[in-house]
Amino acid sequence: MRHFLPLTGILLFLLFWHVLVATSPGTLVPSPLQAILGIVELAEKGLLVRYIVASLFRVTWGYLAALLIAVPAGVLLGLWRRGEVAINPILQLLRPISPLAWIPIAILWFGVGDLAAVFLIFLASVLPLTLTTVNAVHNIEGVHLAAGRNFGLTTRELVRSVIVPAILPQLIVGMRITVGIAWLVVVAAEMIAVNSGLGFLIVDARNAGNRYDLVVAGMILIGAIGVLLDLLMRALERLPGVRWGYAAE
Amino acid sequence: MKVVFSGISKTFGGNRVLDDVHLSVREGEFVCLLGPSGCGKSTLLNIVGGFLQPSEGEVTIDGERVTGPDPRRIFVFQERGVFPWLTVEENIGFGLFRQSDAEKRERIAHYVQLVGLKGFEEAYPRELSGGMKQRLEVARALAVNPDVLYLDEPFGALDSITRLQMRRELLRIWQAEKKTILFVTHDIEESVQLADRVVVLSARPGRIRRVLDVAIPHPRDLSDPRYIALRDEIFGEIGLAHQV
Repeated sequence: MRHFLPLTGILLFLLFWHVLVATSPGTLVPSPLQAILGIVELAEKGLLVRYIVASLFRVTWGYLAALLIAVPAGVLLGLWRRGEVAINPILQLLRPISPLAWIPIAILWFGVGDLAAVFLIFLASVLPLTLTTVNAVHNIEGVHLAAGRNFGLTTRELVRSVIVPAILPQLIVGMRITVGIAWLVVVAAEMIAVNSGLGFLIVDARNAGNRYDLVVAGMILIGAIGVLLDLLMRALERLPGVRWGYAAE
Repeated sequence: MKVVFSGISKTFGGNRVLDDVHLSVREGEFVCLLGPSGCGKSTLLNIVGGFLQPSEGEVTIDGERVTGPDPRRIFVFQERGVFPWLTVEENIGFGLFRQSDAEKRERIAHYVQLVGLKGFEEAYPRELSGGMKQRLEVARALAVNPDVLYLDEPFGALDSITRLQMRRELLRIWQAEKKTILFVTHDIEESVQLADRVVVLSARPGRIRRVLDVAIPHPRDLSDPRYIALRDEIFGEIGLAHQV
């Protein structure tokens, strides 16, 4: 019953789309059926899995590298007020620059290929993750830090036993939002810097013979995988050790 | 003497909040620091706890100068101090990271029992009531076997019935575990119900106005004339008529 309304919404949308395409004189976009057949065709050619894996591979590495840098850096800056004040203007200046603006530089440094794309995902993820972590550290209850120190924890133990668990709920929200950004960026990066992946599929399908059914198939796949990534991150929010950080259920 | 405050003063940006406080606390004694809001009693507790440095004077415990927090003396905050990401058991075991697993298990079981949280070992703080969270924090403090406990208005956020029960619990635990307790409160009745001695502080800058011995054995009868006389004396000392 929980799925009834959402499914109805999707079916109505597909119907609306179908009718619109069928009744319009020119070709606006392919019909939903053509798009689905496009996906089937990709699967038959073996491109479906290959492209999805390629895109996910880039996102995974870029995003993980960003997490690995951003969380320690964010904890450090969150605790070290003077460092944060010194570095904050730079972070604020970098923030409004779209990761896509870095494409020429990524290609200059890494050439056309996976590494450039991974680097762009990294850039797109590292800043929001760092800022989220800094914020989360600032929001730690003073009494929790004081209690940790009272029990004689060393700085390392304090980070592991108090700071990390205390920031986790907020960090997971930031991670979820950032995965969304990373997924947007990978598609764009693949349109320019590489020759595989879902972003590449879309430009390639258009360039090689105006296969708009494949363009829309690619769009549907991008949307569906984005939703799955979001659900995966949401699952983290239900871990027993972080549920305290969200509104009571 | 267990804890000795010698000439403690504290100034925050030109504001003097504590002025020349001298006080000695005996081993195993239960002392209440009583005063109006903003009189610096929490500041005093934070100084003895090692979280703040005094501007003048020094605190010694067992003859040793206090320079920072120390696991031999644990500070109990209002129930906000429990770690929300840990279960009851994990909270109580938090300070036991240097003990063996067997010893840790044994102590956790003992203090779960002592503070009446049996059956809630696996629960998270958000599933507990305010009084239970407060008992949990006391258990976490006791588990590391400190010789002094600092309590900063620990029952302030509880409803009045729970507060009474918690006082009885705390006295029972104090008698069972023989700790020295420094307890900050602005509640006159609470101080006379609990303490061996009540230290009355003046409004800012906080100075010691009076130290009263409460020579009434526990359990204290709240209609005992000695109780009422002491209570009224403190009301008078603070400049309040005992009327509503």
